[in-house]
Amino acid sequence: MSKEAPLISVSNLSIGYGDYVLMKDISFSVSRGEIFFIMGGSGCGKSTLLHVLTGLIPPLSGKISIDGANFSKAGEKMRHKIMQNCGILYQSGALFSSMTLSENVALPLQQYTDYSPGLIKELTSLKLALVGLAGFEDFYPSEISGGMCKRAGLARALALDPEILYCDEPSAGLDPVSSRLLDDLILDLNHSLGTTFVIVSHELASIFNIGTDSIFLDGDTKSIMGRGKPGDLLRNPPNDVVRRFLTRGAKK
Amino acid sequence: MQLGYKITDSVMTVSLSGNFIRYDSDTVQEKMLAALEENSPKRLKFDSGGLGRWDSTLVVVLFSLINSARTRNIPVDKASLPENLRSLLDLSFSVRRNPVTSRKEKLPPVERLGEWGCVSWQGITRGLHFIGLSLKSLFRLFAGRAVMRGVDFLFALEDCSYKAVGIVSLVSFMVGLILAFVGAIQLRIFGVEIYVSSLVTIAMTRIMGAIMAGIIMAGRTGASYAATIGSMQVNEEIDALKTMGIPVGDFLVLPRIGSLIITMPLLTMLSDFMGMLGGSLVGVVMLGIPLSEYMQYSLNSFHLGNFLIGIFHGFIYGFVISVCGCYYGVYCGRDADSVGVATTKAVVSSIVWMIVVTGFLTIIFEGMEL
Repeated sequence: MSKEAPLISVSNLSIGYGDYVLMKDISFSVSRGEIFFIMGGSGCGKSTLLHVLTGLIPPLSGKISIDGANFSKAGEKMRHKIMQNCGILYQSGALFSSMTLSENVALPLQQYTDYSPGLIKELTSLKLALVGLAGFEDFYPSEISGGMCKRAGLARALALDPEILYCDEPSAGLDPVSSRLLDDLILDLNHSLGTTFVIVSHELASIFNIGTDSIFLDGDTKSIMGRGKPGDLLRNPPNDVVRRFLTRGAKK
Repeated sequence: MQLGYKITDSVMTVSLSGNFIRYDSDTVQEKMLAALEENSPKRLKFDSGGLGRWDSTLVVVLFSLINSARTRNIPVDKASLPENLRSLLDLSFSVRRNPVTSRKEKLPPVERLGEWGCVSWQGITRGLHFIGLSLKSLFRLFAGRAVMRGVDFLFALEDCSYKAVGIVSLVSFMVGLILAFVGAIQLRIFGVEIYVSSLVTIAMTRIMGAIMAGIIMAGRTGASYAATIGSMQVNEEIDALKTMGIPVGDFLVLPRIGSLIITMPLLTMLSDFMGMLGGSLVGVVMLGIPLSEYMQYSLNSFHLGNFLIGIFHGFIYGFVISVCGCYYGVYCGRDADSVGVATTKAVVSSIVWMIVVTGFLTIIFEGMEL
């Protein structure tokens, strides 16, 4: 695995809004098949980093390559092509409220594949079954609970069998059991489909449970303060900031 | 990619070889399902020795196959499938298929009519209730007990006062112009083009000024009320107000109704004036009537009663528009779609109610011989 070129590599990336810099010259890479966590305190720029990685916000400077292609310099067309290989799970699902769950999941399939309507229908049912929503095809997002919306959002993100799945705070607003189920689901998908997950989260339980690699962003120094497997980071914290974060602020 | 099957000794073996990337179902799959149905074998197993790369499209094929085997109680032996494929299939079967069917069913026509009646009746009572609440808030305001932030009122006032002047002026000017133009063609037959000025003046002051201002403000401000308050509903802000014990009527509805019933009479006056200006342009430039003469005739047909009735209409329209906008906003659903529906309904119902109210007012003023 280690010899293989990383799936996502970020070098000297600065992010922020105009003059307001959130992260300065950060570099990291994500290997294929990892469950990669982006950690950090509230307001340190985790979500902005995710927006930059998914092309919603342009970076201030630096380079992002995804699967060997230069994502940050890519034109509109190239960017769409790269993004077809990426699924995104938004914080509250971001399902289209005027469409049923199956229509939501089918949309990217109709847009980007030439599958027959029958196959698309079967595929959407499969994806919904994968996230535990079998039988909910004809429901509207307003008719199901928040946790279900999130799982349906995951089904939509999975529609095109992406290699990379970005998740923005997947366990926010879920009860511990649902949150655990979502973690298991991510593990299962990672295991069976080989999907690489990039997850923004500060849910420590999930981070230790399923994370195979991580970076810790620090808002004060605008840099990466720690990287590695979350469990290792907890055992040998590189500095006090990381230690306090991973132990929920425990005193030494 | 190749999908095959054979049935020997009541055991159906499905063989997979090659890559299954973007595999769109061909006839083999249908035949396979049909064969499963026909022969109902004792067991279903797989031979995936030559399976290369695959994606969800293969999983779909296996999913539907296993599903149909399960409904026929045929045991499925997944042991020979690659481990990751097997776990994916297990995952998709791990949750029981929820037979959730307690959803809207199509009712027979008579019951639907009844349901429609009930829903409409609910709408009427809710609407009246809302009007009552708004009036109560207004009275509380005069009693000095309303929870309304002055700054909200000023913002609302700003939005429907000078910011609306441009569009109201433009449209009213055009309407005056059109009225004069249409009238002139008829009046010219009798050689009394000069009465164009009377026509425009009476029409604008009595009703047209108020109607034009009302329609513009319904589309401009009524819609924005519904959209703003509707988004607040989606964002749980209305719930927050309710749980804080702040009456929504005071906090959100009052500043909007207040500012619109203040500005609508003023906008009506503006509209009257701009309409007359438009008319005079046609009169003077196209018909060649001297300006002084045109103005003289205009002033002769300007009656204070008509003018005040027009202003009164504007005042009532202001109330109608703001109540409709706020009502549909407050009773908006919880998703993006509902905000669109609420906005549409707000504009349509404001215009309809404006016309209905005009009808009543006209009858009343006729009775009073005004």
